[in-house]
Amino acid sequence: MRNDIAYTKEMFEKAPQELRDSEKIKRPSIKYWADVWRRLKQNKLAMTGLVLLIILTIMSIIGTQISGYKYYEQNLKKINVKPNKEYWFGTDELGRDLFSRTWLGTRYSLIIGILAALIDFGIGVLYGGIAGMASPKVDSIMMRIAEVIYSIPYMLVVVLLSVVFSEAGAGTSMFVLILAMTITGWVPMANLVRGQVLQLKESEYSLASESIGASKGWILRKHIMPNTLGPILVNLTLTIPVAIFSEATLGFLGLGLQPPKPSLGTLANDGLAVMPIGLFYQILIPAVLISILMFSFNVLGDGLRDALDPRLRKQKEVEKWRSC
Amino acid sequence: MEKLLEVKDLAVSFQTFFGEVEAVRGVSFHVNKKETVALVGESGCGKSVTASSIMQLLPMPPAFYKSGQILFEGEDIIKKSEKEMQQIRGSQISMIFQDPMTSLNPTMKIGKQIVEGLVKNKKLSPSEAEKKAIDMLNLVSVPQPEKRIKQYPHEFSGGMRQRVMIAIAMVSNPKLLIADEPTTALDVTVQAQILDLMKEIQNQFDTSIILITHDLGVVADMSDRVIVMYAGQLMEEGTVYEIFKNPKHPYTRKLLGSVPRLDMDRSESLHSIEGTPPDLYAPPKGCPFFDRCDEAMVICKEYMPEREYHTDTHYSCCWLNHPMAKSVAEGSVV
Amino acid sequence: MSKYVIKRLAMAIVTLWVIITITFILMHSVPGDPFANENKRIPEAVYQNLLKKYGLDKPYSQQYLMYLKNIARGDFGESMKSNTETVNEMIARGFPVSASLGLQALLIALIFGPALGAIAALYQNKFPDYISMIISIIGVSVPSFVMGTFLIQFVARKVNWIPIGGWGEWRHTLLPSIALAMMPLAQMARLMRSSMLEVIGQDYIKTAKSKGISKSAVILKHSVRNAILPIVSILGTTISNLLVGSFVIEKIFGIPGLGMFFTTSIYNRDYTLIMGITVFYAIILILMLLFVDVAYTLIDPRIRLTEEGR
Repeated sequence: MRNDIAYTKEMFEKAPQELRDSEKIKRPSIKYWADVWRRLKQNKLAMTGLVLLIILTIMSIIGTQISGYKYYEQNLKKINVKPNKEYWFGTDELGRDLFSRTWLGTRYSLIIGILAALIDFGIGVLYGGIAGMASPKVDSIMMRIAEVIYSIPYMLVVVLLSVVFSEAGAGTSMFVLILAMTITGWVPMANLVRGQVLQLKESEYSLASESIGASKGWILRKHIMPNTLGPILVNLTLTIPVAIFSEATLGFLGLGLQPPKPSLGTLANDGLAVMPIGLFYQILIPAVLISILMFSFNVLGDGLRDALDPRLRKQKEVEKWRSC
Repeated sequence: MEKLLEVKDLAVSFQTFFGEVEAVRGVSFHVNKKETVALVGESGCGKSVTASSIMQLLPMPPAFYKSGQILFEGEDIIKKSEKEMQQIRGSQISMIFQDPMTSLNPTMKIGKQIVEGLVKNKKLSPSEAEKKAIDMLNLVSVPQPEKRIKQYPHEFSGGMRQRVMIAIAMVSNPKLLIADEPTTALDVTVQAQILDLMKEIQNQFDTSIILITHDLGVVADMSDRVIVMYAGQLMEEGTVYEIFKNPKHPYTRKLLGSVPRLDMDRSESLHSIEGTPPDLYAPPKGCPFFDRCDEAMVICKEYMPEREYHTDTHYSCCWLNHPMAKSVAEGSVV
Repeated sequence: MSKYVIKRLAMAIVTLWVIITITFILMHSVPGDPFANENKRIPEAVYQNLLKKYGLDKPYSQQYLMYLKNIARGDFGESMKSNTETVNEMIARGFPVSASLGLQALLIALIFGPALGAIAALYQNKFPDYISMIISIIGVSVPSFVMGTFLIQFVARKVNWIPIGGWGEWRHTLLPSIALAMMPLAQMARLMRSSMLEVIGQDYIKTAKSKGISKSAVILKHSVRNAILPIVSILGTTISNLLVGSFVIEKIFGIPGLGMFFTTSIYNRDYTLIMGITVFYAIILILMLLFVDVAYTLIDPRIRLTEEGR
């Protein structure tokens, strides 16, 4: 027995209830989305991405108004001027102000990327959701169709569509670009949603809900949707850079927006043409902007994925010592 | 009796995202040669961490030793280098794990997995290795071993995989086998077979076994001595007979009360242990079982009791052992 | 197993048919015909002859059947703009160039990508992890045309023995294949890292360690062997991405490959060439996807069983 204690009779009285605090929770509980945001804020890379995106978005809105030159305004006396006090980003072959053109291009690239991703998202959620909730037979047919569509190399379709529609005299309109990109782009999202729905449909809490008489719609709204939201959001964030990349590549191949409208891809394409004569800045600026856009969306998507997966993360932390 | 393994005042913590987890807090015990010692407790009580420490398989970081020694045949394992440990793992001490479904490499043939450790240490030729693998599968009673060594884990049932795990563990004839919940993930009928197999092999090879489990049925069947662990600390230790016939710690009594017995009266009901073990992010100062103990006293909250030996082999850590506890209790009756 | 391959082959043929049909419909839905917008007026007789030569005077259904039949025979027809070469000849000239470039890039990505990811995982949250993750985040964020132009500007212009463009010797392939390899390399590194981290936490790694085998044996025979499986499964997509990348890279570096012909044919509105290359690419890609999927079932013993079980 320990002899470092001065034993008293009172010490050996039965412990009163107030002394017990087994139900007290040691760690504070935080609401799900607040917790996600807290964890996202801790991720420096993701926050850098978010800040960069906000800056670029603001610049894409107001940037065209700052320099005082319109994006289509030509000044043939001042062609291929290197960046200086008057023309911050220089001018192009036709003497147009690259500052205005760059930010307008950023705007179009952002719009095309986000719209394409949203449309992919809409079609994908609808198609995948229906397939997941439908009977196995319908599901199997729907997934076969999606499989065929997805194994069509999408860039070829994009190129073909752009060729066809730009020939029709409409120029490659934004609509065609988005259509071309979404025609096969929705399949991964559909697969993701279907997989999630199937998994959750079989989950114990859905079964529990069904067993007490909840309707399919109720289960979909109350159980499946909240739980699929996370992965879908992450996928959406990571689809945007893919769309921006596709648009830029198309523009670079000469299939971008009809001039004089710029996108970052077409600006880079114009820049490539003057690169051999030593004018590197014309390709440098759009190239860097595209890279920053893609970087920002990528790190934000990664950060969101980590932040949205507290179960996984916490589980892993705990498992590390529980299981060893 | 000769001591094979002696753990002295072992404390292991994990540095996690949320802070330090004190998984094992000052644990001391020993294992004799040819003996089976059961380490019993709820999940998360630190018994698996203790086992992994003996194998030096804890991921470091986040894990780190706060204090203690692990003496295997008189030498401190904690001080050994990774290279030296590789000589001990598999050949001196080996381990089988809880879930045979995930404990085998899905992309490696069974035969190769069995002899992998041996081939490296003893420089076996391919044909010798194959023969050894077949011998081992024969030993653990896996039918058609010649065919089976060329198969992958997914072609085996759960029980068969656990037999393979035992074959892997026993291939170098180790002195100590650590079995971490070896039957928990198996069907009840298969459980008995695996336990029989382990006993058989122990007799054949004179291996000592540390059996980690929360299943007291398995304990009674297999072990010589029992160690009861709770919240990273040892609560009671004794021979199987002492623990089952004369449990001293309220936690041990509760554990036993939650297991059905054949000699139970019909009117007797099984008891669950209410509440949950304490959070080891902030372990309590006193007895960790305080919150869930029916017999808890004021002193239990503040002070951790020391070991009180009831026989040479039986001790418990509980303030109820203190003479004053009895007198106060009797006094209150009067 | 063979049942699975046959099923996949059937799917591949369906996909191919869909692509050919879509291509055909798209190419023929272009208003006007390809000869109408040429600069100089063509005499009526010549114009009729041209229509006849390309079978454009026949009804669509007949043209479609003829096109299918020709493709089945491996004949992509005559180029509409080049008088000296058929589409087949152009493909035969351009494809080896593109294929060798693509293969070289794929090899670079396959050698360095998984290695980078594995190192990152083994040193999780330590210096090598940060370095390789920075490399890979840059790799996935910088499009290949940006990478290509930067390599020209900052490497080819500075180092004499590395040419700015062209094709012929080995040193011509250096920069383009690096530019082409960067994105798949980075993707593989990221995938390998997460897959490796998952594998390292698996029970069977603990089993392997408990056998007393060396650290490097645990890593190579157990961790990497299992972690690399997802990489194999995305190889199909990687090859597809390399193809798109090659359009751009060949344009930048002036490499006379199939991608360059494709982009030129787009500029020229050379419809038979566009159709021919599209269908050819589709065939190659679908075969690659098929090959990768079959290879995957051979590498992962678990998949073999489930496919047989079906």
